[in-house]
Amino acid sequence: MTVRVGEAAHAQDFPAAAKELLTNTQLRHNVRHATSVIRGKRARVVGEMADWEDLREAGHQIKDHTLRHLDVYLEQFEEACIRAGGKVHWARDADEANRIVIGIIQSHGQTEVIKVKTMTSDEVGMNPALEAAGITPYETDLADLIVQLGEDKPSHIVVPALHRNRMEIRQIFLDKMGLCELGDKPQDLTNAARHYLREKFLRVKVGISGANFAVAETGAVCVVESEGNGRMCLSLPEVLISLIGIEKVIPRFSDLEVFLQLLPRSATGERMNPYNSIWTGISAGDGPREFHVVLLDNGRTNVLADEESRETLDCIRCGACLNACPVYQQTGGHAYGSIYSGPIGAIVTPQLQSMQHSQTLPYASSLCGACYEVCPVKINIPEILIHLRGKVVQNGDAPLAEWLSMKAAAFALSSAGRLAAMQKLARFAQWPFEKDGNLHHLPGLLGGWTETRDLPSIPDESFRDWWAKREKARQT
Amino acid sequence: MNLARQEILQRIRKGLGAVPTNRAEHYEEIGRRYTQTGGLDFESKLALFEDRLRDYDAVVHRCSRITLRETIADALKQRGKRQMLIPEGFNADCLPSDSVEFVRDAGKSYEELDRSEGVLTNCDVAVALSGTIILRHSFAQGRRALTLIPDYHLCIVEASQIVETVAEGIRALDNPTEPITTISGPSATADIEMTRIKGVHGPRTLDVILVVD
Repeated sequence: MTVRVGEAAHAQDFPAAAKELLTNTQLRHNVRHATSVIRGKRARVVGEMADWEDLREAGHQIKDHTLRHLDVYLEQFEEACIRAGGKVHWARDADEANRIVIGIIQSHGQTEVIKVKTMTSDEVGMNPALEAAGITPYETDLADLIVQLGEDKPSHIVVPALHRNRMEIRQIFLDKMGLCELGDKPQDLTNAARHYLREKFLRVKVGISGANFAVAETGAVCVVESEGNGRMCLSLPEVLISLIGIEKVIPRFSDLEVFLQLLPRSATGERMNPYNSIWTGISAGDGPREFHVVLLDNGRTNVLADEESRETLDCIRCGACLNACPVYQQTGGHAYGSIYSGPIGAIVTPQLQSMQHSQTLPYASSLCGACYEVCPVKINIPEILIHLRGKVVQNGDAPLAEWLSMKAAAFALSSAGRLAAMQKLARFAQWPFEKDGNLHHLPGLLGGWTETRDLPSIPDESFRDWWAKREKARQT
Repeated sequence: MNLARQEILQRIRKGLGAVPTNRAEHYEEIGRRYTQTGGLDFESKLALFEDRLRDYDAVVHRCSRITLRETIADALKQRGKRQMLIPEGFNADCLPSDSVEFVRDAGKSYEELDRSEGVLTNCDVAVALSGTIILRHSFAQGRRALTLIPDYHLCIVEASQIVETVAEGIRALDNPTEPITTISGPSATADIEMTRIKGVHGPRTLDVILVVD
């Protein structure tokens, strides 16, 4: 089994990628604008809910309960889905999921599919796999279409093209849709997408989706969306394939009453998103004649096994933590090297990959806690980040300089005599850098600190020295 | 394939370790202190529903059962509609007989739906707090494609179908086996610079007739 999260295994380290992206002022402007608009909308519609904290707590508890009994709920879901006419497949990793999906499409002799926004399919790298098998995937979510036609990567969980402005999008559409003329108003661009996709919606025989929720009790699957492209992909094709992470299951249909309030208000700042589709297996005379579910592990069971970070799997992919994060607001999503970006990405990606490849991500945070505050299911992201930093160090993957300085600090701080000796040494060594009681520019590694702030210099007398002197004076 | 299933379930069980066996009790212990049943009176609930719908740019017509027929005719006249689709099992008693022709959807092709002027349906339940109309896709309310492909949707909501909270709405569906669509305003996107654009792939115009007795 090989867990793969998009192309995260080959991505640049966060600090290097961030440094590059920070020089792109257009991108930073776009990201800052978009995140501040969503933050404002979210704050308004969350503020009007007197029972918001109770909803968050219920959401957290439902997820916590489900994960503790995940095996039972998955079996329940499977049974209910089959009873309703669905077919259920299980995929241990990305390659297995892609093989299953390609197999289904080929068994119907089809070479095209329409897709409704699914992060999970990006996670398993489905589009390249489909293309390699001679199958053309059409992304139908407006933002995903912009990303696909622009040969770009998603930079946000909910609004994947948030890093693009209207002029950039206009150029992409002009180049790729074969249009001679196109305005640059969002309405013009949206109309172009409607026209471009309509024929595909009505013609293509296979649809691919993810899922926001899968109900164990009834076998129902729920997809939350805005544009109607989801409804098109879910109800017009003859065959529907839904790739669902195993953590997406919820116990009962009525549990939707919690998540269908938490998700839209957190994700897009709406009281309810325009459309939710909920279907159970197949229905005579309505929608696909064949419905396949692919239940995906791809590292999720690794996350489940670690009790301290298990609640990572509570995530309902609303993106509120991205919009709230002061780091994400500066760098945008691409710096994270994974389709899962922002604070949640910084904990999801390393864990799915068993801490391979993405050791710098747990450090891509100032631990300010804004992500925890807005999380609709109360995932304590800062605490998990610290837990993962511990793992990075345990695995011996921390940078050598950091490892050495931590060792040195442990050595110095574990004995009073050594601490005093170190202080004396530092007091002596600091004189070339000291000015008005502050250190302004330290050399080498320490310079990282003084680059943006002053460090008070070590005083002539430490507290311990002063205390000892005082005690001595009292005794005499 | 069965091997994958077995392995995933095994990995889950191993990862979880010892799990308490009283799952059903554990589920009942989940804290649900959020508002489950609304407290508004009838008129405030209707007002809230109308307000939320208008916030989504839906046009709302209020009428009584007696004036329903002419309200439908007026609403369609305002939009310049001359022919409308209705679900196969739609009760046609309330329909105006002149000015507009109503055609039942008896397995029309997607292309035919695409060429239509619009569709008229009822709904199953509506939620005031979120301005949501919920369709239960059946003989009476039509298959999913019928309210999706046409560019105009006129939906009749009976006041008695309106509940206040999302929880009441979900519970009213009572573990549905038919496909369900919840609709909160016309289709929309904010994918370009977070500017809300009304009307993408779903019906670009949504009108609602609210029948109050």
